[in-house]
Amino acid sequence: MATENPPTKERNPHLPLLRTEELLLNLGPQHPSTHGVLKVILSLEGEKIIKSEPVLGFLHRGVEKIAENITYNQFIPHTDRLDYVCAMYNNFAYVRAIEKLLNITVPERAEYLRTIVAEVQRIIGHLFWLGTQALDIGAMTVFFYTFREREVLLDIFVDLCGARLTTSWYRVGGVERDFDEKIIADIYRFIESFHEKIAEYDTLLINNRIWLARTKNIAVISGEDAIAYGLSGSTLRGSGVDYDLRKVAPYGAYDKVEWTVPLGKKGDTYDRYWVRMEEMKESSKIVKQCLDQLPEGPYKAYLPKYVAPDKERVFTDMESMIYQFKLYSDGFDAPPGDIYCGTEAHKGELGFYIVSQGGGKPYRLKIRAPSFVHMGAFDFMAKGYMIADIITIFGTYDIVMGECDR
Amino acid sequence: MDDGKDHTISQKIRAEFPAFYIGATLYRGDLSIHLKREGIVPICTFLKENPALDFDYPVHISSVDFPKEAERFEVVYEFFSIRKKHQVRLKTRVPEDDCEIESVTSIWPGANYLEREVYDMMGIRFLNHPELKRILLPDDYDEGYPLRKDFPIQGRGWRDTFDFPV
Repeated sequence: MATENPPTKERNPHLPLLRTEELLLNLGPQHPSTHGVLKVILSLEGEKIIKSEPVLGFLHRGVEKIAENITYNQFIPHTDRLDYVCAMYNNFAYVRAIEKLLNITVPERAEYLRTIVAEVQRIIGHLFWLGTQALDIGAMTVFFYTFREREVLLDIFVDLCGARLTTSWYRVGGVERDFDEKIIADIYRFIESFHEKIAEYDTLLINNRIWLARTKNIAVISGEDAIAYGLSGSTLRGSGVDYDLRKVAPYGAYDKVEWTVPLGKKGDTYDRYWVRMEEMKESSKIVKQCLDQLPEGPYKAYLPKYVAPDKERVFTDMESMIYQFKLYSDGFDAPPGDIYCGTEAHKGELGFYIVSQGGGKPYRLKIRAPSFVHMGAFDFMAKGYMIADIITIFGTYDIVMGECDR
Repeated sequence: MDDGKDHTISQKIRAEFPAFYIGATLYRGDLSIHLKREGIVPICTFLKENPALDFDYPVHISSVDFPKEAERFEVVYEFFSIRKKHQVRLKTRVPEDDCEIESVTSIWPGANYLEREVYDMMGIRFLNHPELKRILLPDDYDEGYPLRKDFPIQGRGWRDTFDFPV
């Protein structure tokens, strides 16, 4: 652990002898920096954390049980509500898992559209994280700056699908609707000025002594430990482990554009902050290249057994009408089997393990939520630090309790 | 059921632990190995320690309920090797009247919460687990295990007894 024991002082003989004991403190469930409802039972020795026990489940909704009782397509809106600040990527992870189960491929244009929106969502997620992490630590200004950019991007989402947070734009076999000229122009305009915006955040934080003091050498975890605890995403890459599913098992258009995986060195909170800042720059690179290369073609696959046909076909063609009716009443008939499909969401590896026994509903659907797995390492990472660092450690995982508790 | 038997990983496990190996399947590129539950700790230790396999990253641990089958519950482990970039899924069966399996928390500390969730949702007890108790549901939850197939989606009526302020 990074903190050392304070030097033992000679006891002043004039002071009365004080009794010392371990203090048990409940942090939460209602605490503004827990990003949802989370309680932590802390055992303290003075201000030092001896043990911390997260109490989860305040936002448990039984999503996995719900999934067993509805069709595959009906579950897409439920994935929005897992990690509600980053809905697009949850949709993406889920439809990718279904496509793996059905063994279907999506058209090239759809892959590009998905990649662009996913990376825009990653920028939103990291902006949200940066604003709230700085706010929790005490630098309030950053929040206003990051949320200014976040609003611009959310407005693009409104144009795209009509919703800011609960988007449900991804579909099995493609996406719900194509980009129009305005959206493409808006994203271009944002990406062009985004580097200046990142430079602005840097002026607020990079020489900020409080920020540095509260993030450097806090919650250090080695690469080896981080892997054994199952950490993923920027939290793992902050410890210098080169593991990014976009590179390891490329999907979307990630293998058609040039970008790098930023890696931290020390595995402390500052390195994870640095990794996320660099990832935002990489994301804007990916978005720009994808927009430049955006191919023409359909935005969803023509597979009427699995993907709802276009409305024009439905209104003019009897078979398409029947397919649409069957899809929305019974759902598609998935082949029996089981698959796991992990996707690099902005918090880490979001995976779906789906067991199908045929028919329109999953027999079992397990969500591998990065926030939940990260909470498993909480005690290990918080041990030995000060009570004030607890807030930093919550923030450094980028947890959202809606995803953690499911 | 045995179409994954020629995969190098399943060959290694079969050669090392013939008594615990049942079969291997390959579906959509995912390798699943079926095992007897007594073999879970030695095989997981082997997967982690063997330098050619090097499974260092616990992806997920979950469970599936098959109420009509003799060994009712299936515990599913998924591991990945970050250095070797390969995946394996282990499946073991546990009968209902003896719902117990050895914990792998001593091998991957990240398995702690994953196993607690399986216990919470499906009621499978993990032996030698450091703190096996409910994790997502409240400690005094008394309706059983919600992800079992015989659990109704509306719950068993515990909620109706709550006195919510209007």
